[in-house]
Amino acid sequence: MTTAPEAPELHRGVRVGGWSWVWRPWTVLVTVVLAALTFLIFCVSIAVGDFTIELPAVFRTLIGQGERVDEFVVMDLRMPRALIGVIAGVALGISGALTQSIARNALASPDVLGITGGASATAVFVVTAGGGSAIGSAFGLSTAALTGGLLTGLLVYFMAWKKGIDGFRLILIGVSVSAVMQALTTWLLVLADIRDVARAQRWLVGSLDSRSWTEVWASVWIMAVLVVVVLVVAFQMQPMHFGDDVAAGLGVRYSAVRAVLLLCAVLLAGVAVSAAGPVPFVALVAPQIAMRLVRSPVPPVIASGLFGAVLLIGSDLIARTVLPNDLPVGVVTAIIGGPFLLYLLVRSNLRRAA
Amino acid sequence: MVVEQRGPEAAPGESPHRRRRLGLAGLLVLLAGAAVLSLVIGARSLTPAEVWQGLFGDPGDDQRLVEITLIVQTLRVPRTVLAIVAGIGLGVAGALIQGHTRNPIADTGLLGVNSGASFAVVLSIYLLGLQNPVHYMWFAFLGAAVAGAVVFGLSSLGRGAGNPLTLALAGQGVTVFLAAMTTAVALGDKQTLDVLRFWNAGSVQGVGFDVITVASIFMGVGLVLALINLPVINLLNLGDDVARGLGVNIAAGRTVGVLAVTLLAGAATAACGPIAFLGLMVAHVARWLTGPDYRWLVPYAGLLGAGVLLLGDIAGRLVVRPAELQAGIVIALLGAPFFAVLVWLGKFRQA
Repeated sequence: MTTAPEAPELHRGVRVGGWSWVWRPWTVLVTVVLAALTFLIFCVSIAVGDFTIELPAVFRTLIGQGERVDEFVVMDLRMPRALIGVIAGVALGISGALTQSIARNALASPDVLGITGGASATAVFVVTAGGGSAIGSAFGLSTAALTGGLLTGLLVYFMAWKKGIDGFRLILIGVSVSAVMQALTTWLLVLADIRDVARAQRWLVGSLDSRSWTEVWASVWIMAVLVVVVLVVAFQMQPMHFGDDVAAGLGVRYSAVRAVLLLCAVLLAGVAVSAAGPVPFVALVAPQIAMRLVRSPVPPVIASGLFGAVLLIGSDLIARTVLPNDLPVGVVTAIIGGPFLLYLLVRSNLRRAA
Repeated sequence: MVVEQRGPEAAPGESPHRRRRLGLAGLLVLLAGAAVLSLVIGARSLTPAEVWQGLFGDPGDDQRLVEITLIVQTLRVPRTVLAIVAGIGLGVAGALIQGHTRNPIADTGLLGVNSGASFAVVLSIYLLGLQNPVHYMWFAFLGAAVAGAVVFGLSSLGRGAGNPLTLALAGQGVTVFLAAMTTAVALGDKQTLDVLRFWNAGSVQGVGFDVITVASIFMGVGLVLALINLPVINLLNLGDDVARGLGVNIAAGRTVGVLAVTLLAGAATAACGPIAFLGLMVAHVARWLTGPDYRWLVPYAGLLGAGVLLLGDIAGRLVVRPAELQAGIVIALLGAPFFAVLVWLGKFRQA
């Protein structure tokens, strides 16, 4: 690693037609490496299982030239799981980066937007009150949870709206709504039968098990649209880190930009919840780690998304291969993500001391 | 970020100190009233006269009086005392942690104290098969202390020592990790999960004086440290550079503050379970009432914390009679909407 520069580094500007941006080699390098890593883990995750397929065979199958047997295993059995992991990871990472940027608070995450809290409370309600059978089939559960999560997210959104979205008001309202949802969840768990509690608990940590192609395609399309919107609008977000006045002076309609991006963050978190359940911590940790890897002062949107994906499918891979009993991916994500964040913090502190 | 906000609020001729002192006295009166209610209300309602009799009278051979004495002395008094003690601890800790991290959503669990306690409880049940809350409470103390020490140790390595953001993120990292480990253990063992779900709700019920005494000693030390720390927080909130210029030892100030938070929140959590949101909520309300001076803000937060926890506990006894709802749940269900309304009205400002 290079030493920290004494004077602020000057980056070259690039201009193509009406567009211009700053060329930051390190950011591009880290982002490309993260993308490559995502793809690699994606392939390994497809390759490994009860019936191991060689990596080259996986590549061949992915570009449509594999053998029939491999094709069945890859396309029908393993691909949905790996793909949903990537989608959920990217969605959580981007959602977290947006939330932390808008709230200007490193502790903010979509949990603060109420999505996860609402989804969890709804899911636990379905599991414990539905007797576990009626609405409790996997599809019904995640749809119900998604509905609850989105409704709660929109509730927070509109409660925080008062002539625009203000970061401070948003997170305080979000924290209170989440606290209510959390309390409801706890209450339902205390009242419920212990067998239902175990089932609910398993759902609460999130998992990538048993995904079908219909679910995957729905998520892929929604996700694609949202990511395009975010990337287009996020360009306008850069000046907002200097404060609303500066942003307004540079011609950014900050209130509209913030409203659109926050809505995207809510919907992305919803995508993730419907895809993998309320996987905790990815959205909080991924932007902070990506920020430190890219050495950017604000959460980088693309790198956060990619790191979220790496973290999620990497943890899923580790959970399936290395660890003894099958732990849900949400647990492994946190066990890996927490210490990694600590490591980065301590390292940057020590480097500053040197 | 600190704005002096006396100007328009204080009426001419009325000193703000006088107003704050009156407010403090008012809170004390309210707290005393709530304490009386807490002794009177319950599955079996008692009149104040009966409570008095139960507290100080000699029951003699009267069956009814013996019963009342038993109820008052072994059930009502301990939970009332614990609610006050733990409420003060959580309120003060909440105000301190927000002051030190300068983050409006910093809660008492931020330093890993809650998740440390939960993990220790789960481990003690899973490995040693402990059933009695009195036994696993000691592990909760230990877990909270260890987690707090780890967070503080990690965040004070190198020269970034005492950086508020590093502290908050280190706390999150440890919390994330411990919470995941707790879930991992609980998922594998149904009996542990069963205890964990009740522990997580947070309640002041069913704790004896043996535990309360120990918790109070820890909290007493924490309170002393907190009081010493108050002027320093005021200076630290002017920004680290200004504080250094004014002769504050920043590392020492942060150390004392974090130690106080760990002791206060750790002891409260060990005795009651993780009561989330209380510290955060009362810290904001206290800032709204007193302004940004921590010498006033922290005592207000402590008294408010005790009052809210006591009222939450009382409400919990009333809503689902004859059963009870845990105080932690009640506080979030009733307090959070109230808090949200105050937020929307713009009553609170950045720490």
